[in-house]
Amino acid sequence: MHVAGVDVGSTATKAIVMDGNRRVVGKACGSTGASVVGAANRMFQEALKEAGLEEWEIEFVVGTGYGRYKVPFGHAQVTEISCHARGANFLFPHTRTLVDIGGQDTKAIAVGERGDIRDFCMNDKCAAGTGRFLEACATVLGLTLDEIGDVSMRSSKPLRITNVCTVFVESEIVSHLAKGEKIEDILRGVHNAIAGRSVALLRRVGIEPEVTFTGGVSRNLGMVASLKERLQCEINVSPMSQYMGALGAALFAIERAENIPPGERKIEAAVAEARGGEEPGAHGGH
Amino acid sequence: MRSLALTAGIDIGAGTTKSVVMEDGTRVVAKASLRTGPNPEKAGAEALAEVLRVAGLTRADLAYVASTGYGRYQMVGRDMQITEITCHGRGARFLFPATHCVLDIGAQSSRAMRIDGNGRVVKFKMNDRCAAGAGRFLERVSKALEVQVADLGEISLRSTDPTTISSICAVLAESEIINHVTEGRKVEDIVMGAHLSIADRIIALLRQVGVEDEVTLTGGLAGNVGMVKALESRLGRRINVALESTFAGAYGAAVLGRVRLQKRSAGA
Repeated sequence: MHVAGVDVGSTATKAIVMDGNRRVVGKACGSTGASVVGAANRMFQEALKEAGLEEWEIEFVVGTGYGRYKVPFGHAQVTEISCHARGANFLFPHTRTLVDIGGQDTKAIAVGERGDIRDFCMNDKCAAGTGRFLEACATVLGLTLDEIGDVSMRSSKPLRITNVCTVFVESEIVSHLAKGEKIEDILRGVHNAIAGRSVALLRRVGIEPEVTFTGGVSRNLGMVASLKERLQCEINVSPMSQYMGALGAALFAIERAENIPPGERKIEAAVAEARGGEEPGAHGGH
Repeated sequence: MRSLALTAGIDIGAGTTKSVVMEDGTRVVAKASLRTGPNPEKAGAEALAEVLRVAGLTRADLAYVASTGYGRYQMVGRDMQITEITCHGRGARFLFPATHCVLDIGAQSSRAMRIDGNGRVVKFKMNDRCAAGAGRFLERVSKALEVQVADLGEISLRSTDPTTISSICAVLAESEIINHVTEGRKVEDIVMGAHLSIADRIIALLRQVGVEDEVTLTGGLAGNVGMVKALESRLGRRINVALESTFAGAYGAAVLGRVRLQKRSAGA
């Protein structure tokens, strides 16, 4: 048996293909762009290719992601909050607190022993403390998003970033540069500022070990270091952290697939529907 | 020899620095404006030099120099600095004597004030924590749409079906706008939507201080016809705006400088 989880984020779309033993056999990640369904389908196809499978071999697909927008993809949709908690519980079973920093929002989730959600809160109203904030800072400094974490690690004298608003922080960075401050010190300050905001959000749901860090920003080592420092505890991260939502979605897909009679496991119709080719009523099985 | 006191008001804002020389606190002699840039101290000095040049005066001719705006403490040679809230209240009153409410939308902050019959601020609310509802928001919009900031107002007037911008954050609104463009929405409708979004932010502040006629718009965005239209449509009433409305802060500083002078000479 094979299933898939597709997580359409505001910035990146992630897809995971998993076998019946809950092993990841294919994964893909790419930018979401303007078409949510288009990105979902593209990454799904890429993950299939890596797994060496075809659409008809996938029994169940769960779609997730994109904040308040529901992603009309796959057989079922599960909120990204549930998916991240589920994925984190799978990779780090002792996770009790989850911080998910994505492209356009930040979430703090209190997770139960079975990967259930006990509480959560989020900031999706403004870019402060999200991937977009880091991206804006990187752009002002003439660096890429992938570089800034490493550069920030070279800092010996972190600066304090006083503004919250991304737009104002851009100006603040420009004036720091004008004063001759070092890029690494500015960046360390930027990462510390985000860590401060994230920890404030985490406090609202309560911080209990273990803490797991997910979402696209978890790939940034500078961010991991700043969060550790601010939390004064170890945090779980893995190369799969960015895929946590898709991983959780795939795990939900396995549970769903196991409960579905074999005759009703059809993916083609759902994919066609996601591409806009068929009526929603055209799902396989009766 | 002049019998009337000349006072200068210098408003060093986050985007633009405005300067004015007034005679007796009642008549405008000259005014000037320039981009503040990264150095507010330099901007203040240049704005003062420029307004003196336009007026054909020297610093020695000025009896009082009052500074205001976020860079007011950087004004070299000032006699006094006054908060922009106080100055915009006075400046709005100077321009429109029946003003009771002032909306000041600057590059990086926006304020709503209620003033009494003397132009004194009774109550105010401001947002200077984020770019939403300020001029910087429109800068992001112009960048996303690849049009000039100065043209945004005119463009918005062509709108027949304004697009709702649901993101409050300027950065997230930028992405939202790109999506609207991709979906084929008209530029003028998106631009008007952005103006309406700013209008909603500042009107929320205004409601907290209490809406009362007449409402006067000041600050950099007072020069934007789309902003005026958006505010009027959301408020359901006319608002005062003049060509010099962007100078209201500097006017207020010059008027208050004159008041200080009178108090000083009365005390002497």
